[in-house]
Amino acid sequence: MSAGTVSLREAEGPYFGAFGGRFVPEALVAALDELDVAFRTAMVDPAFLAELGSLHRSYSGRPSIVTEVPRFAEHAGGARVLLKREDLNHTGSHKINNVLGQALLTRRMGKTRVIAETGAGQHGVATATAAALMGLSCVVYMGEEDTRRQALNVARMRLLGAEVIPVAIGSRTLKDAINEAMRDWVTNVAETHYLLGTVAGPHPFPTMVRDFQKIIGEEARAQVLDLAGRLPDVVCACVGGGSNAIGVFHAFLDDREVELVGFEAGGEGVETGRHAASITGGLPGVLHGNRTFVLQDEDGQTVESHSISAGLDYPGVGPEHSWLHDTGRARYQPVPDAEAMDAFRLLCLTEGIIPAIESAHALAGAIREGRRLGPDGLVLVNLSGRGDKDVDTAARWFGLHPGSGS
Amino acid sequence: MTGVGPVLARAKAEGRAALVGYLPVGFPDVETSIAAMRAMVAGGVDIVEVGVPYSDPLMDGPVIQAAVDTALQQGTRPRDAVAAAEAVASAGVPALLMTYWNIVDRYGVRRFATDLARVGAAGLITPDLIPDEATEWLDASDALGLDRVFLVAPSSTDERLKMTAQACRGFVYAASVMGVTGTRVSVGDAARVLVQRTRTVSDAPVCVGLGVSNGDQAAEVAGYADGVIVGSAFVQRLAEAQDRSAALGAVRSLAEDLAAGVRRGRER
Repeated sequence: MSAGTVSLREAEGPYFGAFGGRFVPEALVAALDELDVAFRTAMVDPAFLAELGSLHRSYSGRPSIVTEVPRFAEHAGGARVLLKREDLNHTGSHKINNVLGQALLTRRMGKTRVIAETGAGQHGVATATAAALMGLSCVVYMGEEDTRRQALNVARMRLLGAEVIPVAIGSRTLKDAINEAMRDWVTNVAETHYLLGTVAGPHPFPTMVRDFQKIIGEEARAQVLDLAGRLPDVVCACVGGGSNAIGVFHAFLDDREVELVGFEAGGEGVETGRHAASITGGLPGVLHGNRTFVLQDEDGQTVESHSISAGLDYPGVGPEHSWLHDTGRARYQPVPDAEAMDAFRLLCLTEGIIPAIESAHALAGAIREGRRLGPDGLVLVNLSGRGDKDVDTAARWFGLHPGSGS
Repeated sequence: MTGVGPVLARAKAEGRAALVGYLPVGFPDVETSIAAMRAMVAGGVDIVEVGVPYSDPLMDGPVIQAAVDTALQQGTRPRDAVAAAEAVASAGVPALLMTYWNIVDRYGVRRFATDLARVGAAGLITPDLIPDEATEWLDASDALGLDRVFLVAPSSTDERLKMTAQACRGFVYAASVMGVTGTRVSVGDAARVLVQRTRTVSDAPVCVGLGVSNGDQAAEVAGYADGVIVGSAFVQRLAEAQDRSAALGAVRSLAEDLAAGVRRGRER
């Protein structure tokens, strides 16, 4: 990479540096090729783009607003902190951006059934929503452990007509839900589209999901320029698989003066081994169809991840993030559960906004970055989702349930 | 080293299909799994497919998933699979390791290939590695003369069938159905069509896997394929047995049933 001359925004799969590719059974290659062609054709088809744009405006509520949070920022070294409000989208997170695009593609490919994996349930809810809207049948795979900690979202998906299948093998979380979705896909690929929710998986998923999410950063870049008259010093996002992070980073990739920081789930601390910080604590390997950083043992067995946030509880990460880390264009840092929960509560109390616990990792990062920059700093945070689904988890964490004595 | 080529050629000369049997190392424990591979051989299996346990076996159905989970909980490691291959090869039967790619990636492709060659293993079957991503493995297997078996599927285009078959050495693994491993009531026509399509683009032997569980199904597949691959049915015999001796007996008797099947296939 010769700094300043090559546009990082033009990077496309299958490979991002040494990462990405297609490590999949041959049986899926034809479907991936079909999807790749359908995607690339659609993205230059004015009719497709107009339909997606119309859904953004009149269904999911784009453009999402930017909110300045001065009372929160007092705790962040006095820097200006701006939130990109993906939490205000229909279904409550950024996930709908990708889902609407892929659901339209599903229809264009003549397929009638979508399957999805979900961790926190946000992607599952978004997929169930789009399936209802477009008359597609929908099955969502969800780790049994996650169906317990995100029971509200299970009910939402079922209300929307989706079948939710708890996955009771392995660690019973997101990675196992992806395994099961891949098994379903390889069996039913003729009529089924696997509506993958993050920027991981085999090519073209990392590129396609990014392209459906990059609208976040495109809007935010213009909004920040409008509001502050300049670009932010730092852009903060939480990183599990990494779709909201790549979505907000992408528009800034060629603005070399803007620092991009991804905050991984530090769980109980990277040093304890109980975390989900794949870049900080993992090694390059192959998981779920792509080469990327993976939490793995010396034999290459995937190590179970741990996070209070179901949506970040994943032992891999999108290959473009691995590449951005490798090239130094973005930094990745772990945020432990406790620090994320402190930031969660702080935003509730200072601004009247209940964030998703996933997004609270980015808020914790913004506090760190704001303190580093001081009062002249300008920090953009992608508030990727809202916290309704996390109320029970948060109430337990802070001891707020009746009879808990607080 | 014992490659699979001569064994497939011998079966062909005898007017029958070869029988390929799969078991994962470490289920129910390493020692018993190796004994079970020997029992398969005693029952008439021509080539042993040694499964390397992996935490995320996304091409496998519930039977093999559960067995592999047990193997991992017992601490089974890739080097146990190498040792199992050595035990099989030392009995004069070719052993192919069936492994998901991250295991080899972490071990080191060249180092893994070198260890396979050292113990006399035939090579690898790689269910989640397509030739497009296999440059390092193609080089290492060429340098060490190891077999490399890639999969083709009913969904493969003619162009990919040709490319994949040309990249294979030993045989081409034809996945008979769209799906994961597991026993099935019938193998169906997709396998026959896939074998025919593969033969039009390649002279390599074609073995059929996914779904074969008894002698009659083996006979049916043996009617058109060079080899019949059986996995989940063997694992199920091990899982259902009351004790070690019953387990080994059940594995051997299934192998005998299947071996008779592959010999019946061409008679009809």
